[in-house]
Amino acid sequence: MVTAVTSLGRSGLYDWLMQRVTAVILLAYFLFIGAVVISGPGYAEWSALFSQTWVRVFSMLALLSLGAHAWVGLWAVFTDYFTERMMGSAGNVIRLVAQFVTGIIMFTYTVWGIQILWGL
Amino acid sequence: MRAALQLSQSGFKTAVISKVFPTRSHTVSAQGGITCAIASADPNDDWRWHMYDTVKGSDYIGDQDAIEYMCSVGPEAVFELEHMGLPFSRTEEGRIYQRPFGGQSKNYGEGGQAARTCAAADRTGHALLHTLYQGNLKHETVFFNEWYATDLIKNQDGAVVGVIAICMETGETVHIKSKATVLATGGAGRIYASTTNAHINTGDGIGMVLRAGFPVQDIEMWQFHPTGIAGAGVLVTEGCRGEGGYLINKDGERFMERYAPNAKDLAGRDVVARSMVMEILEGRGCGPNGDHVFLKLDHLGEEVLESRLPGICELSRTFAHADPVKEPVPVVPTCHYMMGGIPTNVHGQALIVDQNGADVVIPGLYACGEVACVSVHGANRLGGNSLLDLVVFGRASGLFIEKSLREGVEMRDASESDVEHAMSRLDKLNASTGGENVSELRKELQNTMQNHFGVFRDGPFMQEGINKLAELRSRIENAQLADKSMAFNTARIEALELHNLFEVAEATAITAEARKESRGAHARNDFDSRDDENWLCHSMYFPTDKRVGKRKVNFEPKTVDTFQPKARVY
Amino acid sequence: MLQVSIYRYNPETDAEPYMQDVQVDTGGKDLMVLDVMEMIKAQDTTVVYRRSCREGVCGSDGVNMNGVNGLACVTALSKVVKNNKLVLRPLPGLPVIRDLVVDMSLFYAQYEKVQPYLQNDTPAPAIERLQSPEEREKLDGLYECILCACCSTSCPSFWWNPDRFIGPAGLLQSYRFLADSRDTATEARLAKLDDPFSVFRCHGIQNCVNVCPKGLNPTRAIGHIRNMLLTRAT
Repeated sequence: MVTAVTSLGRSGLYDWLMQRVTAVILLAYFLFIGAVVISGPGYAEWSALFSQTWVRVFSMLALLSLGAHAWVGLWAVFTDYFTERMMGSAGNVIRLVAQFVTGIIMFTYTVWGIQILWGL
Repeated sequence: MRAALQLSQSGFKTAVISKVFPTRSHTVSAQGGITCAIASADPNDDWRWHMYDTVKGSDYIGDQDAIEYMCSVGPEAVFELEHMGLPFSRTEEGRIYQRPFGGQSKNYGEGGQAARTCAAADRTGHALLHTLYQGNLKHETVFFNEWYATDLIKNQDGAVVGVIAICMETGETVHIKSKATVLATGGAGRIYASTTNAHINTGDGIGMVLRAGFPVQDIEMWQFHPTGIAGAGVLVTEGCRGEGGYLINKDGERFMERYAPNAKDLAGRDVVARSMVMEILEGRGCGPNGDHVFLKLDHLGEEVLESRLPGICELSRTFAHADPVKEPVPVVPTCHYMMGGIPTNVHGQALIVDQNGADVVIPGLYACGEVACVSVHGANRLGGNSLLDLVVFGRASGLFIEKSLREGVEMRDASESDVEHAMSRLDKLNASTGGENVSELRKELQNTMQNHFGVFRDGPFMQEGINKLAELRSRIENAQLADKSMAFNTARIEALELHNLFEVAEATAITAEARKESRGAHARNDFDSRDDENWLCHSMYFPTDKRVGKRKVNFEPKTVDTFQPKARVY
Repeated sequence: MLQVSIYRYNPETDAEPYMQDVQVDTGGKDLMVLDVMEMIKAQDTTVVYRRSCREGVCGSDGVNMNGVNGLACVTALSKVVKNNKLVLRPLPGLPVIRDLVVDMSLFYAQYEKVQPYLQNDTPAPAIERLQSPEEREKLDGLYECILCACCSTSCPSFWWNPDRFIGPAGLLQSYRFLADSRDTATEARLAKLDDPFSVFRCHGIQNCVNVCPKGLNPTRAIGHIRNMLLTRAT
């Protein structure tokens, strides 16, 4: 059965709000990065930019937002299509595997992101 | 559903059997409102004035004890509906909005037009039906939706102990036992070719009762609503005229001023319908064939139309291709309501009359709403009184059944042969091999009724109609059911409905011919005036020997003086 | 001659549903789709569909006509027929019982879930509860729903989760009671709607708005519910 156990916040309102808030953060971040790219920076400029703590924090925030946003979105997609109603009991297995894979990818990206940003 | 609600509320195990999902019943189509003296539009309004109007409207064959009960209990019943959540339109004071309807007066006809019809825009029936269904959901009534009741089961004592019903989805047929069976199966407007009624209004309750050998009362009284959309049959509410609309002929003349100088377009429905037919017959009809008149609304302005009559605007645009904001709506009198039905007392108990003319209750059987004839409508129903009738007497039936169940009801179970008897019609249909097509036969029946028993009736011509019906009976009883499948077989249901339509039609025809006078909706060319000496009474049609008898009208209200018959002018 | 292709399935005789082609002589008139269906049934009584009022208020005859949900009785041929062809299918997303008749249990269950009845814990007055015209106006566009299911069965979110997502029709009724000044159960009603499925499966696709034969706007009502949930939480 499809339940809300694997949703991000177990609450529709929470998930919905999270989706919107993270979307705003992502939009702001991509506008910011877009503006930087248009200004045609070289390695030195990039490096200077990312040496500032607030840029690292902002990037980290965007990365976490991407994770949460993707989780909420993909959770909805998976619980739409990979369900018992659509494909029998296999649906539950496929959905959980898909969510597991998504989770691993998100986690990997996050760890990797931290590694890059703070050069651990 | 009002009766079921009453019983469920009180904790009795109650089931509703309905051939359609409950919000698809024909009450949903009621537009204008529910008439009741709640003293909102006029703080001095009095239920006795409403009673006077109703008695007069009935052309004096409405039972005055029943009308008294309906009009006096009405406000309580309406307030209950409001408390249940019915979204009535409101006045500035926050009270229920009331609009003027035909036949309404203040101070016993002396004080001019009253506004007494409580409305939820022009969707009152829809709002009421949904509210009642919702109330039943709240109190956990059991619903057998899309189950079709075919016949009553009588035990050896003549008491009604349940029904035979078919589950439409699976075709399963069962015997449902009950201590009290309430028929609320509505009207049978589909006996006419042109009707405002839904496809499902096939008189199933009347058919069941007649087949069980019980009589029906005043069944010749059929209301033709003045404003059915020409061609389509779809109703536009009397509220249109209540809000200030009026009828015009091809010369643009407001002809009702000639027929009813005081009430004009808000005279009784029978009066307006007849006037319209007169205009058409005398060559003042509109359209290329001169077969309808126009309902003029555009002078009310778009704002009033869209806020008070939004549903009408929608229907008119869809079915008449006329936008009421800009142009008049083509209308014609259309079969609308069955004033007659199963005779009952004010508790909803179905009645028969014994040899001495005294009322005898049929144990276990109740009826309310259009299928019943309490009788509050007599020979002509006033607009907005049908919703009040079904709510008040549904409630009354529920209250009475509740009381009698508490006191204990003992009835003998039906025997196997009782059940077999009730099943015989269905068995025969299921075994049919040859026979004619149901929809062809239905069309023939409807045309016969339309032509021979319409707004104006005539003795010899009615006799001709009766002969045609007699010939139709065996053809209809032997109609073919080609499709014998079980799953959602609507062909089987339609064949069974046709039997019911026929029973109603035949009872109507024979009784109409027998009532040799003109009264209310029953207008005869050969007996064109009211005959209080011989016919100030109910007609009773006994199915076993197709005999028409008479039953006394009640002239003994409990708390007010009797309203004596007077000439009925508007 | 109008070419009609109609979805046929009788569980007793057909292993699979199929489309049947029928020709109907409309006499060149712009009939309603229901009229055409009646003409087909007069010829072939085995064709099955629901109908009652034939004026668009009972909500029985919701069907899918040339790919669009609507009420057959108030849909003129000129509105849906293209290239003289009319394809009639049952409302999508619900189990088919037979031909154009679908099993609406899931749809009704969602309606019942929102407790579609007025709840007021104060003692009822001797007359009606007062409500100003302005308060009453808030119910316009909500109470008119006829439960035809055209909206919910055109909603992908309802197709995928008809058991968990209340769907546009149910939510419209939910808001009808949330918006009623006479209802005192707002908090309890909202508490039941907070999960990720009931309300929040609405993605604002607006198919419901496009097909509603009564011109109602469930998406807007859902937006109002969301705002009420948000206000309640903050």
